[in-house]
Amino acid sequence: MFFESAIIIASRSYIPFYFSKFEEGVDMKVKSYKKLAAISVIAGSVLFSSACSDANSTSGNKKSGDNNTISITYRDGGGTNKGLTDWLNKDVIPEFKKEHPKANIKLSPISASEGDYFAKVALMLKSGQSAPDIVTEDTFMVNSDASAGYLEPLDDKLKNWDEWSHYIENVKNGVKAQDGKIYGVPFNTDSRGLWYNKELFKKAGLSVPWEPKSWGDILTAARTIKKKSPGVIPMWMNSGKATGEATSMQTFEMLLYGTKDPLYDEEKQKWIVNSQGLLDTYSFIDTIYKEKLGPGLSQVLNGQGGTVAYTQLFPKGKIAIGLDGIWQAGNYRKDGPAPWPDAFKTLGYAAMPTQNGEGPGKTSMSGGWAFSIPKKSDNKDLSWEFIKFISTKENNLKLLLKENNLSPREDVSKEPEYLNLPMFKEASEFLENTHFRPSVDKYPSVSTVIQSTVEDVVTGKLSPKQAVEIYQKNVTRVVGEDKVIER
Amino acid sequence: MDANPVISTSTSVDSKSSLHKRKNKKLLSSLLFLLPSWILLLIFFIGPILLTFYFAFTNLSLTGSEAQATQFVGFSNFVNMFQDPNFRISVIKTILYLLFSAIIGQQVLGFILALLMKEKNPAFRRVIGIIVIAGWVTPEIVVAFCWVAFLNDSGTLNMILQHMGLKPVAWLFAFPMTSVIIANIWHGTAFSMLVFQAALDDVPKSIEEAAVVDGASRFQVLYRIVLPMIKGSVVTNMILVTLQTLGVFTLIYAMTGGGPGTSTQTLPIFMYNQAFVNYQLGYGTAISLILLLIGVLVSLLYLKSMKVKV
Repeated sequence: MFFESAIIIASRSYIPFYFSKFEEGVDMKVKSYKKLAAISVIAGSVLFSSACSDANSTSGNKKSGDNNTISITYRDGGGTNKGLTDWLNKDVIPEFKKEHPKANIKLSPISASEGDYFAKVALMLKSGQSAPDIVTEDTFMVNSDASAGYLEPLDDKLKNWDEWSHYIENVKNGVKAQDGKIYGVPFNTDSRGLWYNKELFKKAGLSVPWEPKSWGDILTAARTIKKKSPGVIPMWMNSGKATGEATSMQTFEMLLYGTKDPLYDEEKQKWIVNSQGLLDTYSFIDTIYKEKLGPGLSQVLNGQGGTVAYTQLFPKGKIAIGLDGIWQAGNYRKDGPAPWPDAFKTLGYAAMPTQNGEGPGKTSMSGGWAFSIPKKSDNKDLSWEFIKFISTKENNLKLLLKENNLSPREDVSKEPEYLNLPMFKEASEFLENTHFRPSVDKYPSVSTVIQSTVEDVVTGKLSPKQAVEIYQKNVTRVVGEDKVIER
Repeated sequence: MDANPVISTSTSVDSKSSLHKRKNKKLLSSLLFLLPSWILLLIFFIGPILLTFYFAFTNLSLTGSEAQATQFVGFSNFVNMFQDPNFRISVIKTILYLLFSAIIGQQVLGFILALLMKEKNPAFRRVIGIIVIAGWVTPEIVVAFCWVAFLNDSGTLNMILQHMGLKPVAWLFAFPMTSVIIANIWHGTAFSMLVFQAALDDVPKSIEEAAVVDGASRFQVLYRIVLPMIKGSVVTNMILVTLQTLGVFTLIYAMTGGGPGTSTQTLPIFMYNQAFVNYQLGYGTAISLILLLIGVLVSLLYLKSMKVKV
């Protein structure tokens, strides 16, 4: 909070100073003394009143400090995490209270865009005044926040918790920081693929079920759709800075990890900042927008773009292909934001092919969210009890049935109830060839470089080749020259 | 703060010292009353500024290992900044935004409005004044929403265009800079208008009439008589409007988010992105220092240019 205000005040504070300085030259000293007094009284009182109101607002968020109260921070607003909120309120908190009658569990969600959420969480975790007792972290932030010293390592606690062995090994890596310690208990994971509208495909004479074998197949399908169904958006991918991590992961990395060059060389522990794969990835994105196979820029560069696409445009049959995650299926549930009973008669979910069909032929990216305990939480024991309680097989299953994400637990993934969820069989299969983002603490900064270069390619500001150059330059600046290689 | 020279020379030695005492007592009590304000100013104003100076030379980060072990990195933030093509773009965008929305837009439009309203029917003045000021009293974020609603793909302007049989335009994407400039002009013109109105009302009518009697044209009266007389207000207004516009964040961020691409990425947006999106607080702080410097330089420039002419 303080840093934020330091920066903002610094950019504004010279206004009254200048005002007073200018007036000073005009008249006698007595007058300027009075002016100075007046200005300092006014400025002082304004500051004082704002300081007071600030104190009030933070104390509202603050937990009471007693041993039985814990607060949970997660992202909400605009339909986000509706399932999670519902699950906490209706399922797990009442059950937990039966076992711990004194416990008081407070929800303190943050309504923010995805990108802002992480900045807000980092600021909250910095101070003991505002740190919650449990925070939901996207696994790509776990390493970063752990390296910053914001999170509590859970290894000692996990040792005595036998349920931990039921977690998928791959997913566990997502919550491991560079120091080898575990900083969170995952509660969901996901996979990404190509959503497509079977009716539009049939209309365009394309075969259904669609099984693209290379990027070329995707482009061919998109071009055919464009020709046969004008007015339909052939291919939707998150492509702007406003969609944040979704642009990096659902679009850029889904493509890049289908080439031979990943983002990060795990062996040498260096970022690959110049490779054919990078160039091809930017070129693919460029082709989509240059040939007008994508949506209008004003639609897709908007922070709400993805939501509009999946809750409005897909149901209306306005999009043919969408590169996105399995959770989008949750939109169409009866209690979802855009109920659509026939959704899965119309929609198919195809695996993302590798660039030219190399290797396993398919690729995917996985992430997921975890419950972490902030280092500055003042009630870590009860927090851990709560996390253990909500992460059991039954409770985790209840959550995933509500929020349409994949389970990080092997035993949950075998439940028939879970496998019956639409597209979950397919999405679980994608997990076989999935990739995780590099767990290096600079990933979030690299990700923002990806987002801005992608947006620049999409808007035609940079050619794919220039985009690689800028990417190389900016990533090198962020991670340091000794941490990058070219391929 | 000193004793008034006129009084002190004209009074006797005895009463002089008692006056001194009284003055000192008054000074002391005034200082005492001012103390709380000054302490607050020190903590919340000077403190952050000094901190800003310090942070600008560190690799302070919002998250990641640097958040824990912040190091002094010398000038590397500034070196990076001047090598960053995005920084150069931001400076250019800031200057464009400043020039067109503040100096040309708000100043000139505000002046013209004030001039046209001068000595008009009070009722007319009031109605027009209220309409213009409505834009100014509207909070920045609301202004942003109004303009987004107006310029949006399916916004008011496009609806009107479609009714007229024209093709809709994605204004915020085709003309992002123009859009935010117009929104800022709409928002800020009233301020300049008020300042100029007050200044113009202070110009004695007799001087203008005298000039007319001497054969000056209307334009000459304006240029040779009125403008030099309100020069002080012009410069004050210029400084205030410039500094206000230099720091505009909400309006641009809410309307375009600095995009598409970097087309409306002014320095405050760039600073925010570096500090809170890229989590590089140290770098963001360095940018804010540069922003501060630009503000000071531009203000000095205005003051200097006025003094030279006087």
